[in-house]
Amino acid sequence: MTTAAATASPRARRPAALFVAEYRLRNMWKWRSAILAFGIGNPVLYLASVGLGVGALVDANMPGGVDGVPYLVFLAPALLATAAIQGGQDEVTFPTLAGMIWNRLFFAMRATSLTGGQIADGVLLASAARVLFTTVAYWLVLWVFGTVSWSTALPLVLVSTGAGVCWAALMMAVAANVTDDGGFLSLVGRVVIMPMFLFSGTFYPLSSLPLAVQWIGWISPLWHATELGRWLSYGMPMEPWRILASVGYLASMGIVGVLVARRRFERRLAS
Amino acid sequence: MVAVIRAHGLTKAYGDLVAVDGVDFGVEPGESFGVLGPNGAGKSTTMRMLGATLQRTSGDLAILGRDPAHEGPIIRAHLGVVPQQDNLDTELTVAENLYTYGRYFGLPRAHLRERVDGLLAFAQLEEKRDVKVDALSGGMKRRLTIARGLVNEPSLLLLDEPTTGLDPQARHILWDRLFRLKEDGVTLVITTHYMDEAEQLCDRLVVMDGGRIVAEGSPQGLIRAHSTREVVEVRFGSDRNLEVAAHLGGIGRRLEILPDRILVYSDSGEHDLQEIVARGFMPVTSLVRRSSLEDVFLRLTGRSLVDE
Repeated sequence: MTTAAATASPRARRPAALFVAEYRLRNMWKWRSAILAFGIGNPVLYLASVGLGVGALVDANMPGGVDGVPYLVFLAPALLATAAIQGGQDEVTFPTLAGMIWNRLFFAMRATSLTGGQIADGVLLASAARVLFTTVAYWLVLWVFGTVSWSTALPLVLVSTGAGVCWAALMMAVAANVTDDGGFLSLVGRVVIMPMFLFSGTFYPLSSLPLAVQWIGWISPLWHATELGRWLSYGMPMEPWRILASVGYLASMGIVGVLVARRRFERRLAS
Repeated sequence: MVAVIRAHGLTKAYGDLVAVDGVDFGVEPGESFGVLGPNGAGKSTTMRMLGATLQRTSGDLAILGRDPAHEGPIIRAHLGVVPQQDNLDTELTVAENLYTYGRYFGLPRAHLRERVDGLLAFAQLEEKRDVKVDALSGGMKRRLTIARGLVNEPSLLLLDEPTTGLDPQARHILWDRLFRLKEDGVTLVITTHYMDEAEQLCDRLVVMDGGRIVAEGSPQGLIRAHSTREVVEVRFGSDRNLEVAAHLGGIGRRLEILPDRILVYSDSGEHDLQEIVARGFMPVTSLVRRSSLEDVFLRLTGRSLVDE
């Protein structure tokens, strides 16, 4: 236990953020039943109620379908993106508030050889794993309902996962600034997530909204992810510049989020 | 041998507020070093700088021969930190807390499985191995936090107020554990506002007040330098202490009049107590005791430690 022993203790050579991600996954494992139930139950309920119920009504009144496809096929990529974004957000906001405020666990981590930036990276990595799991589970349910096909599975899952992770990065940067958690999560739910869900062309094409509120969709990562998903899933027409713009928008959100979050974690945990 | 800690003019300021004001001290390998002082003296701020988490404002600081401003992660890889507030993971079990903490240092899984067993034995928590942290008593949580701080076999263990808030029995168990570490040659730095703790555990200590070091030495050396061998504590009732003290001139080396009692600093307590009674003053209660670091602190700062 003396000075000599300090160097004798073996250390693995791996990026340190992975050790944080490992811890986060271990923690998620404790919640595996809830994660699994939510991952499968949520899409099943959505597809059964909105998809089949509203879908039947829409399809009966619009013989050509929405955007040229049956309503469920139109809806599926939007639901997938929503699940990814919501899952990603949950896995960064709760741990960040817990680690910084509720149990101050990040301060304990920062007392080890980890840096604030590595802690931020690790939390985001684990959230990416969760988003991937959620998206794959969701996709499988969509497939059972016959709304997606195997030929587009990989790109569709990757785009939704990517969007979820980019949004998570941004939300982690925001959560790292919260000092008084009173109502932060419910505020985000009401002011950000809910309007985003309603005004991102999730249930109908964004173009059917008045121009005055269409901007909500344009700035919404959910709309960009949904558009890309529809293009990949059933070949919704999308000009190349719009594809690039949507990918670029989501990627920028992720990059800014990571950079700000790292910086914020570093500063806040070094106090 | 390289000093474990070297601090020169170490300063931390938050705007106009200077929390640590140019302190100088050093800690040698294997030493058990105490930082003593009331709340707000700058102990915890000093500790966070020693833990290479908080950057200093000015001055020089070397931990294990390295500058924490540039080599924080490398230094922290060889430190054990026991913070003032337990920040254990309440969703994990006792053993999982040790294991995951070891993983943060990048320690291999197989190595950690063995290490966790040893640490559970050290912390006397073997039976609580698979219990969630929430179910532990305050003393057990402290022991677990200390065991967690040892997971990377640190060269230096920093303990910030290790026994604050614990009952006397839990404190004694903890002291015993810390004493074992000391015997094993682990370098300890302990902040405390408990005199008895500092006397029990520290080879050498500094007394801090208002962000500065006001005295440095061994517990016995400080007592010899700043106090007498014995102290007589006499109480005459809060409204009479001042009045009686006026008539005690010449007794002991020095008098300290506190609101609730008079302290007579004395070379022979029994003799001086008899002298007080002989002058016709019968105290409500009286006590003759050895001088402690509490008296040193009172002498140096004019204030008592724990009441602050």
